[in-house]
Amino acid sequence: MSRIALYRVLAVAIPAALIEAACRAGWIDRQTLPAPSEMIAGLAAILASGRMNGAILETLKIVLAAFAGSVVIGVAAGAVIHRAPVARRLLEPLLSTWYAVPVYAFYPLFIVMFGLGDRPEMLIGLMLGVVAVIAATLNGLDSVPPVLVKTAQVFRLGPMRTALRVTLPYAAPHLFTGIKLAVAYSFIGVIGAEFIMSQSGLGYEIRYAFDNLDNAVMYPLILLILAVAVAVNATLDAWDRALRARRGATS
Amino acid sequence: MKWLDIPGVAPAALIAILLLLWQAVFMTAGPLAIASPASTFAYLVQQLGGPDFWVHVWATGQAFLYALAIAILGGLLIGLLAGLSATASETAEPLLLAANSIPKIALYPVVLLIFGIGLPAKVAFGAIHGIIPVAIFTINACRALPPVLLKTGRVMRLSPTDRIGSILLPSALPDIVTGVRLGFSLTLIGTVLGEMFGAQSGLGYLLMTSIGLQNTQMIMSVTVLLVAFAASVSTALLAWERRLRQVRG
Repeated sequence: MSRIALYRVLAVAIPAALIEAACRAGWIDRQTLPAPSEMIAGLAAILASGRMNGAILETLKIVLAAFAGSVVIGVAAGAVIHRAPVARRLLEPLLSTWYAVPVYAFYPLFIVMFGLGDRPEMLIGLMLGVVAVIAATLNGLDSVPPVLVKTAQVFRLGPMRTALRVTLPYAAPHLFTGIKLAVAYSFIGVIGAEFIMSQSGLGYEIRYAFDNLDNAVMYPLILLILAVAVAVNATLDAWDRALRARRGATS
Repeated sequence: MKWLDIPGVAPAALIAILLLLWQAVFMTAGPLAIASPASTFAYLVQQLGGPDFWVHVWATGQAFLYALAIAILGGLLIGLLAGLSATASETAEPLLLAANSIPKIALYPVVLLIFGIGLPAKVAFGAIHGIIPVAIFTINACRALPPVLLKTGRVMRLSPTDRIGSILLPSALPDIVTGVRLGFSLTLIGTVLGEMFGAQSGLGYLLMTSIGLQNTQMIMSVTVLLVAFAASVSTALLAWERRLRQVRG
């Protein structure tokens, strides 16, 4: 395992080192791409100065809201759709082609409806995240063995308690897959919306720096977004593996 | 449930529900926020009758086709090369999953600084969206391959290219089609997003200028066109994928 980990580090470190060398040798124009070490130093300076803290917190807050909404609404909707075969038949094509829809096209509509600010950005993140959770919930509930549902019936559990006590816990590994996707989609949706049109947040700051050719701010912020997305993803992945290992299940 | 089994009824019912929903949003939000379905379709038909709109459709289509070709071929190449060895696939998979969770829109300035405004930037942006799912699904398909097939290939002393062509590709095809379906959607979104910021033509450019001009009919027309195209191709790929899986049982 540690050998694989070493390869992974090398797979990231070697290209980074090559870019670093090419920048220092002057093969890559500094206006196009500054050296990775400069980006890291720039990011450290920005974080130390605290001038981006407001934007960072703002974006994280909206991402968190979009993510929480995706999970709560997605699991509830998934559980309801699973019990309604007609609705499921109708919605299945929508669920399977959803990610082909350019959701950002609805952003102007949300801005007119809710005004420029947190809510349209959160809605874009929610629209992207919620469908992954619904699909994962349906998959998970499909995997529940009928005997568990029958046992719940024998114990005369209502639909609500059956879902909360029996089927959803059984479906947890599948739900986790949806939750991981929802985190990624919330980030993608919110930062994308901020990038297109907004007055604050990380996406806006990158756009602003880009429009002003301010590479000293732009590249460190891009690096920050990449680092946060990768770190959150890696954490959830490790947690997911630990949960599965404890269960001893292969599903 | 019986009436839903008649071919075409379920999608038609879904489309009817979505149109009703759209009409309801129009009636609550008003014409400043969103165009009504009727006026959108009238506008779309009128646009499709003139030459200007088609310039943008072709511009997007051309960039999208290039980007899709790069995403599929590149993704297959990465996936098959990494999928051939357990070490390579274990090394690459988490890196690809991490890359997949990155908001790629943040990379847009980098792409633009490297390629400048125009076709190459659109293609690059579309391709970086689509290439990762194709690679991930290809790797997983290769790993799910029964080892006995690969061993047989080794016993028969097949060259690596023969092993890919006659063992890996055919058996991994259903999963690869899943990857291509996701890659198709993401490449389309990526190309359109690319056009929104760094282009002088294309449907994304049209979308962005109509947002600026508050031309809700144009916004909804472009959205409807993109959704209809994406949904039809995606549904066709899904049907192909189901048939492939059924044949295998």
